[in-house]
Amino acid sequence: MEYKDYYKIMGVDRKATQKEIKRAYRKLARKYHPDVSKEADAELKFKELGEANEVLKDAEKRAAYDQLGADWKARQDFHPPPDWGTGFEFHGAPPGGGNEHDFSDFFESLFGQARSPGGNRGFHMQGEDHHARILIDLEDSFNGASRSISLQMPEVTADGHVVTRKRTLKVRIPKGIRQGQQIRLAGQGATGMGSGKAGDLYLEVEFRPHHAYRVEGADVYLELPLAPWEAALGASVKVPTPAGAIDLKIPANSQAGKKLRLKGRGIPAKSPGDLYVVLQIALPPANNDKARAIYKRMQEELEFDPRATLEVA
Amino acid sequence: MTTYKTLTGQVMEEHDVVSTADLCRSCSVAVETVTLLVEEGILDPAGGDVEHWQFTVASLRRVKTAVHLQRDLGVNLAGAALVLELLDRIAELERMRQRI
Repeated sequence: MEYKDYYKIMGVDRKATQKEIKRAYRKLARKYHPDVSKEADAELKFKELGEANEVLKDAEKRAAYDQLGADWKARQDFHPPPDWGTGFEFHGAPPGGGNEHDFSDFFESLFGQARSPGGNRGFHMQGEDHHARILIDLEDSFNGASRSISLQMPEVTADGHVVTRKRTLKVRIPKGIRQGQQIRLAGQGATGMGSGKAGDLYLEVEFRPHHAYRVEGADVYLELPLAPWEAALGASVKVPTPAGAIDLKIPANSQAGKKLRLKGRGIPAKSPGDLYVVLQIALPPANNDKARAIYKRMQEELEFDPRATLEVA
Repeated sequence: MTTYKTLTGQVMEEHDVVSTADLCRSCSVAVETVTLLVEEGILDPAGGDVEHWQFTVASLRRVKTAVHLQRDLGVNLAGAALVLELLDRIAELERMRQRI
């Protein structure tokens, strides 16, 4: 098994005071707390941190850990010395408080295994529900899909130990699912205690950000750039939609910001959402003589005051 | 271990509700905890009293976050409530940012 450098994980010196350790833990815990953090590997970091804190916050465990010596390097292959633990008393208390703790082999070889309070025989209770997010594409909601999701789940084994199990689930994404809705998978949460049945797994649906579409509830928004003459004269242009490209008629004299509503072309449902195409006007760059001449002619021949409403004649 | 069978779940609508007992079971918390969360304004159930409270499905995650924050960061209930409100605010701002 690998040696773990708890001081390094905690970012403190080996000579740090208990106060400094507490401060370091609180600071990092806030940074990596999975419910708060945006860091990619927050969950893993937070777990390591919890384990380091479990040892360093406890003067006795810390002293025992220190006795291993300072020469060990993180990840180095490690076996507890034969005289390990003599002269220390860990109060016989199982580490951790909740049943969601599970520590590394390194920790367990030194301080024993985390035991779930539910390991008691004759105790029956339905397992806790678990929550996770699932990122899907907007198109998945239009067509329905089946997506894989990997989860790290603490699990209580038959003899009461807590282990982390990596699970890959394949989940059907029902057509018409919207952001923020949850998919409940019965029996996929924490294992029950005794003969209690397993809890459920709730997957909160989130759409992966899309470069063209924006979703609000069941409605989908698309910003559509037009050439000035398309907006002025009217046109029929090809427009992408999550259900496939369509031909869209642009009425003559359309202004930038105008919204065209395509009823029922939003997220599918019994009463489906709408697709809003928001018109934008893209100006051709005046970066050559020909383009400049055309703009010049427009300037001379069109009587146009774009600031008429501002009354600054 | 890997499961390859495709699972079909039940879609929970935003307006779907759970009872106090369901909430306690789902999040492994005592009724007293739920009562405190309601008093603190972290949860806002419909229905008159504990027996008849109805919570939105989104409450499940809220309770868990509140419990985890207290356990892991040493904040009290009021602190957890503040964090939850700030997290909501951040989520709202991020949605607004996407619109720009």
